[in-house]
Amino acid sequence: MTLLSVRDLRVLFGTEHGEIAAVDDVGFDLAPGEILGVVGESGSGKSVTALAIMGLLPKPPSRIGQGSIHFQGQDLLQLGERDMRRIRGPGIGMIFQEPMTSLNPVFTIGDQLMETVRVHQHSGPKEQRERAVEMLARVGIALPARRLDDYPHQLSGGMRQRVMIAMALICNPKILIADEPTTALDVTIQQQILELLLDLRDELGMGIVIITHNMGVVAEMADRVIVMYAGKIVERAPVNELFERPVHPYTRGLLDSIPSLADERERLKTIPGTLPRPWALPAGCRFQPRCRWRVEACASTVPPLGPVREGHESACLRQQELAAE
Amino acid sequence: MADSAVAFDEAVAAAAEPERRSARWDTLRRLWRHRSFKFGLALFAIIVAAAVLAPWISPVSPNKLQMRLRFEPPSWDHPFGTDNLGRSQLARVVYGAQLSLFIGTMVVLVNAVFGTLIGALAGYFKQLDNALMRINDAIMAFPAVLLAIGVAAVLGRSTPNMILALSIVYIPRTARIVRSSVIVVSQMEYVQAAVAAGAGHWRILRRHILPNSMAPLLVQLSFLFAYAVLTEATLSFLGLGAEPPAPTWGNIMSEGRQYMREAPWIITIPGAALAITVMALNLLGDGLRDVLDPRLKIQQ
Repeated sequence: MTLLSVRDLRVLFGTEHGEIAAVDDVGFDLAPGEILGVVGESGSGKSVTALAIMGLLPKPPSRIGQGSIHFQGQDLLQLGERDMRRIRGPGIGMIFQEPMTSLNPVFTIGDQLMETVRVHQHSGPKEQRERAVEMLARVGIALPARRLDDYPHQLSGGMRQRVMIAMALICNPKILIADEPTTALDVTIQQQILELLLDLRDELGMGIVIITHNMGVVAEMADRVIVMYAGKIVERAPVNELFERPVHPYTRGLLDSIPSLADERERLKTIPGTLPRPWALPAGCRFQPRCRWRVEACASTVPPLGPVREGHESACLRQQELAAE
Repeated sequence: MADSAVAFDEAVAAAAEPERRSARWDTLRRLWRHRSFKFGLALFAIIVAAAVLAPWISPVSPNKLQMRLRFEPPSWDHPFGTDNLGRSQLARVVYGAQLSLFIGTMVVLVNAVFGTLIGALAGYFKQLDNALMRINDAIMAFPAVLLAIGVAAVLGRSTPNMILALSIVYIPRTARIVRSSVIVVSQMEYVQAAVAAGAGHWRILRRHILPNSMAPLLVQLSFLFAYAVLTEATLSFLGLGAEPPAPTWGNIMSEGRQYMREAPWIITIPGAALAITVMALNLLGDGLRDVLDPRLKIQQ
């Protein structure tokens, strides 16, 4: 059973350079209890994809060019604002990157948690309070009943991110979208937050889309991974497969650039060049100007996403050779 | 791992305990420590006290004519002197303070309500922004005093009309300030988070955006109070304020102008009262701005 099914999604932005596609032909499925990792550099279209699912893209300047986003049998792109509001929260919850600015500074965290309950359910203040305490306890906050009356500035970054997770989960969403949930936290807190998300997934059985540029986070969390580059999916594979046998040159570049304690190199390996400007995309394969494996055909043919092995797809003209290496 | 995290959180919680609920107190404490704010507040309090206690400060009616006592210079019996009709200047100045402060307060209230409403609608709903702000710009294109003169002349002389004229002049300026801070706050992640949690527009505006965009408005309103008092005096001086027997600072100065040489106290005392009021409000506003919006602070 699939919970969320994104098909052929294209998101366009009107800019001074004309209309550009920030997300181009992106599609994926998510099953209950599954964790999908979406990796890519800043500007690769991963956050835009998440915002499109939530219906949070500002229109204008953005516009959905084509595609569908099915959640529990309804196409979210066809829903009006009022219906979409009922999906946000109890259907799909979202947590953001910046825990420091994701909580309203003028209200206590209890106020904010209870407000989220109030938006979607008719329940008394006492039940709301109980629910808020329960949720804080579940995300591992000590003395939850006392923390309820704290203001956000009284909490550490890690605790605020826990509160954010509690807020996103308080309405029991079927799907949680986590947009770089740990980027702004220090490493030990990152680890705690990731473990918390894994525990909550096991406990509540929701599907999680985790968006990150950190391969370590993907390795730890995801069941399946999609790699995005310049608005397109370049590779899709189960997590072990991706780490053991990456096919697409971009994925390989990303994996090679992870520093490791074991190697003695003085400089980190990098991918030469930068992400192309979205209004000046190269012809053919979008990664081609930066690619070590480039051949002449790369500049004229857009490689389709095609199967490499069972469950593993990639978008490279030379993927059979690369897979056979 | 999880256990140690909990233990750590508890330690942090215990350490943070004395600081509970400190944010608002901290703001008040910093205001209290701000010297020019304190000074402005004290001056303003004196003026408000004078206005409120007017009947006790001066038992004589401000409109009582005493022809034997024309042009008395300030003395123990007549602390602020008397004018060309023998009226007590003290009475006229403190009763004038009542009217000035009343008009200032009303203009500030009307601005707070309508400026916030227009600014919030323009800043939050992009479809309305252009229409509302172009009307705003059109009004702001007129110099404040000229526009107030025009409106006051069309509406006729009365206190409510004065409040209306000053509100029409200043609401666009207030709306613009609210709009810009609403736009800034709308970009905050907690607003996105509230949208992502399924909150509607009204709730987002009321709970998340407006409470966080109030600081610049508060600063603006304290300056606005000063402008309103000053513009009211200007209009009265030009003969567009309350009808002459009514003691407004502008009226008193306008009448005293003719006797400036012989009886300078008639024009200088209400002038000084006006200057002190405006200065008090400006010092107050400066203090508020320094404390509420530290980014704008001018390095001293």
